[in-house]
Amino acid sequence: MAEETKAPAAAAEAAGGETRTAERPERSGDSRPERSDRDRGPRGPRPGGGPGGPREGGRKYFRRKKVCKFCTEKIEAINYKDVRLLAGFVAESGKIVPRRLTGVCTPHQRRLSAAIKQARNIALLPFAGRAQ
Amino acid sequence: MNRTYELMFIVRPDMVDEDLNKLISTLESSVTAAHGTIKSEIWGKRRLAYTVRRFNDGIFVLLILEGTGGMVHELERRLRVTEPVIKFLTVRTDEELKRLDKIKKLRESRKKASAAPPVTPEAGTEPAPAAV
Repeated sequence: MAEETKAPAAAAEAAGGETRTAERPERSGDSRPERSDRDRGPRGPRPGGGPGGPREGGRKYFRRKKVCKFCTEKIEAINYKDVRLLAGFVAESGKIVPRRLTGVCTPHQRRLSAAIKQARNIALLPFAGRAQ
Repeated sequence: MNRTYELMFIVRPDMVDEDLNKLISTLESSVTAAHGTIKSEIWGKRRLAYTVRRFNDGIFVLLILEGTGGMVHELERRLRVTEPVIKFLTVRTDEELKRLDKIKKLRESRKKASAAPPVTPEAGTEPAPAAV
C-alpha cells in the first residue's frame, strides 16, 4: 500500500503540481480500497496510509486504541429515550460524532445513529445547535 | 401476529391533568376495542430541544402497546386530529425485544455452563452464538 502512494507521488512530481492536489482527495480514503482499513478503524485512522501520514502534516501514526463503550459495558439496548446516553455521542453543534472519534464499533454506531435520529424527531435532541 | 409498539407523544404544556387523563382513556378504549393491550406512562413536562408549534416545553406521554398495525394506524390518526397533541412517534419494538431476549438467554446459559461443571448434554444444548 505504501508503494502505491509512492508511485503516484513520483508521477505527480513528474507531471507537475496539479496532480498532487488530485491525489490528495484520493488519499482521504473515498475511492480507495482503504475503506476496508477504516472499518478496522478503532486502531488508528489510516494504518495503511501511515507512511503517507506525516506528509499530510504531522499526524501521529497510531492513536491510542479506543474501545467501543457499548461492547465493554455490555449495553445492549440503545433506546431513543435515554437522552443522557445519546447526548454523549452528539457534538456541541448537534451533529452525530463520527465513529473514528468515539471508537464505537460499526453495529453499535448504526443503532446509535438510528436512536439519535429518532430522538431528534421526538424533540429530545436538537437537529442543530445546542440543546437549551 | 401481535406486535409490540412504543408510541410517544407530546401534548401542549398548558393542558390540564384531567384532560390529559381523558385523552389517554379514549386511546385506551380504542386499543381494547381492537383487542390489544396498552400501558401508559406520563413523563411529565420537559423542555423541548427545539420549538414545536411555538411551544418550548411539552408534556411527554409514553404508551406501550400490543396489537396489530391497523390498531396503531387508527391511534395515530386520532392523535393527528387531536389538537393538543403536537408531536408523536411510533416505534416497533418486538424485533428489538426478541433480540435482547436472545442475548439475555445466551448470557444466562453461558453463566450456567461456566458455573456448573460442563456436562456434555448441557454443552450440547447451548445454542451456538450466531451472528449477534
